[in-house]
Order: sequence, then structure tokens, then C-alpha cells
Amino acid sequence: MTTQMKEKPPLGKIIVITSGKGGVGKTTSAAAISAGLAKLGHKTVVIDFDVGLRNLDMIMGCERRVVFDFINVIQGDARLKQALIKDKRLDTLYILPTSQTRDKDALTKEGVEAVLNELKEEFDYIICDSPAGIERGAQLAMYFADEAVVVTNPEVSSVRDSDRVLGLLASKTKRAESGSSEPVKARVLLTRHDQARIDKGEMMTVDDVLEILAVPLIGIIPESQAVLRASNVGTPVILDEPSSAGMAYEDTVARLTGQDIEIRIGEERRPGLLQRLFGRTS
Amino acid sequence: MSLFGFSLKPRRAKTAQTAKDRLQLLLAHERAGGSDAADFLPQLQNDILAVIRKYVTVEDEDVDIRVQRDNAVSSLEINIEMPEASSKKDRS
Repeated sequence: MTTQMKEKPPLGKIIVITSGKGGVGKTTSAAAISAGLAKLGHKTVVIDFDVGLRNLDMIMGCERRVVFDFINVIQGDARLKQALIKDKRLDTLYILPTSQTRDKDALTKEGVEAVLNELKEEFDYIICDSPAGIERGAQLAMYFADEAVVVTNPEVSSVRDSDRVLGLLASKTKRAESGSSEPVKARVLLTRHDQARIDKGEMMTVDDVLEILAVPLIGIIPESQAVLRASNVGTPVILDEPSSAGMAYEDTVARLTGQDIEIRIGEERRPGLLQRLFGRTS
Repeated sequence: MSLFGFSLKPRRAKTAQTAKDRLQLLLAHERAGGSDAADFLPQLQNDILAVIRKYVTVEDEDVDIRVQRDNAVSSLEINIEMPEASSKKDRS
């Protein structure tokens, strides 16, 4: 190992992608954010905490290369280096898949801490993709976090669950329990934003959601067809064809790295009649 | 989908088909116990190391196991790096 002269914090930063509610875009966001960070040259690893319901590997497109997993490492059956899958598109990006056959009980606080400590030595960013819910898997995904991205849809049950998760981030994390350190820096990522429906008064606005949750915003991801397309082919949306969602994630990533970028509300352009008739040339 | 070999639909890659293919491949392995079967890998690694160590000294770090699952076959590739330069060879 050569000593890197690159300026970087001494230890990597742990960011949990969480939400409480399922299906709001946690894994999509974890994949896009980790790919975005890696694209900027930060050495990044994304970990799947959803033991028994592994999906990050599919979204990242490395499902056929999984040999060892997070649980194997925790239980000492494999070394961390063996379980890490190097992304084929970005050489600063690694994926730590979870087990498809075990359950959440296979996660232990000590085991997770040991793995995270080892990763912190090597990586700039450690992205923890939390399972839905607030049980063991979700609790351990957030427990050691320095920052949190709370993925929220502008919809009542999602906002309610996000509020619950924000409560847990403020009480059931290492930072909260230690009392001395800064609390977990939690920010909301609003996904599936649809300006057309907001204009018709059918959807809560960004301000409505932020007023209720009372935490800062990290980004707004527009409802976009690109998200399904990207998951179909196993490419993080940020690395797929240019899209409104991809650009919104790029802005989000820049804000995560500390850049001050104005919040924009990107919208997917609907193809016009001519475009629909003749197909997209791009 | 089209009668005359061409379609009026935009000529975009059919990603839905890609999604279906990926899922079918993955689920075929998982249902056949592909996932469960993969659970033997840590033990397999230990056993192989034990056998190799009867003859040469290798470190835990010197073993590299890879799996590639494809439509027809899955391949398991085990590379063991031998310590002495004189007897350096790979096994797969």
C-alpha cells in the first residue's frame, strides 16, 4: 500500500440512508449517492443492511459476483477484503452485499462496529443502505452514523415514518447516547417529487414536508422514468443516461460533500409528439 | 411485437427484458438453493487451505475465491498464491 497524498479526512464518514417506510427509494438513493461520491473521486463503499432481502446488489448490477457477504465477515467466515465487490464502472466504488439466507439476528452491534471501523480506515465515505422499518437491521444501520439522509416521499405515511426515524436518529444512535459528540446530522431527501401534481394541489409541497419534519433538505429528486430504467439494467441512476433524477442526485451528492448548491426542482421533460413519433435520437 | 419486422415505437433499448432476464437468472439460482449452496464457501475455503497447508505454507490472505453465475453454467474460481517464487502457480 502506498501512502496517499490526497487530502482526506483521517477517517471515513458514515452516512445512513434511511426512511422507516419501504419503497420510498432508499436503495435507489444509496446506489446513486455512493456512485456519485465515487465519481467525484472519493473512495466509497455502500453496505446493504437488509439481511435476508438483499437488493442493493441488483440495483448496482453486481448480483452475479456475490461470493461472501457482510454476515460472513461479521461471523468471521470471510475477510472484509473478500466480501467487498469492486464496481466495474468506477474504481473508487465498492459494494458490501448482505446475506440472502440469514435474518437480521445475524447482525450484532459489535460485529457491525468492527466492520465499520475497518472500512473507516480505508474509505472516505461509508454509505449504509438501511432496511425499511425500525427493527434491528434499521437500528444498526443508523447506530454508528455520522450523518443521515432520510428519504421521504411527499405522502402522508412516508412523512409520518420519516418523523419517527428522525426521532430515533436523535435518541438511539451512538452519537445520541454518548452525549458529548455532535448529534447525527440528519437531512431530508425528497423523492418522487411531481411538480405537475403539486401545481394541481394534489401533492404536498417541499415546504409543507419540511415544515412538518423541521430538518434541512439535502435534495429533491423528481419522479422520473429513468429510475426504473436504471434498476432494470442494474446501473445507479447517476451513471445511466443523463436524466433529471440523475442530475438531482448529483446536486445532492455535491451538498453531502459540503458544497453549497442551490436547491433546484428538476422535472422530467415529457417527450413531445414529434419525439414520441420518431423516437429519441439521443 | 410488430407485424412487418419494424415498429413505430421509439428504438430504445428494451430494459424491461434485461430486468426479466436478470431476475430469472438470479431466482433460478436462489430457488435451486444457489444462495444456500453458497453458504458452504467459507467452509470450502478453510478445507482447501487445510489441504494446501499440508504441503506449503500459505497465508489466509493468499486465497481468492470468485463466483460468476451465467445462464448455462456457474463458475467457481479459486486462486491460491503460492509463497515461494520458485513454485508460484495458480490453480483454478
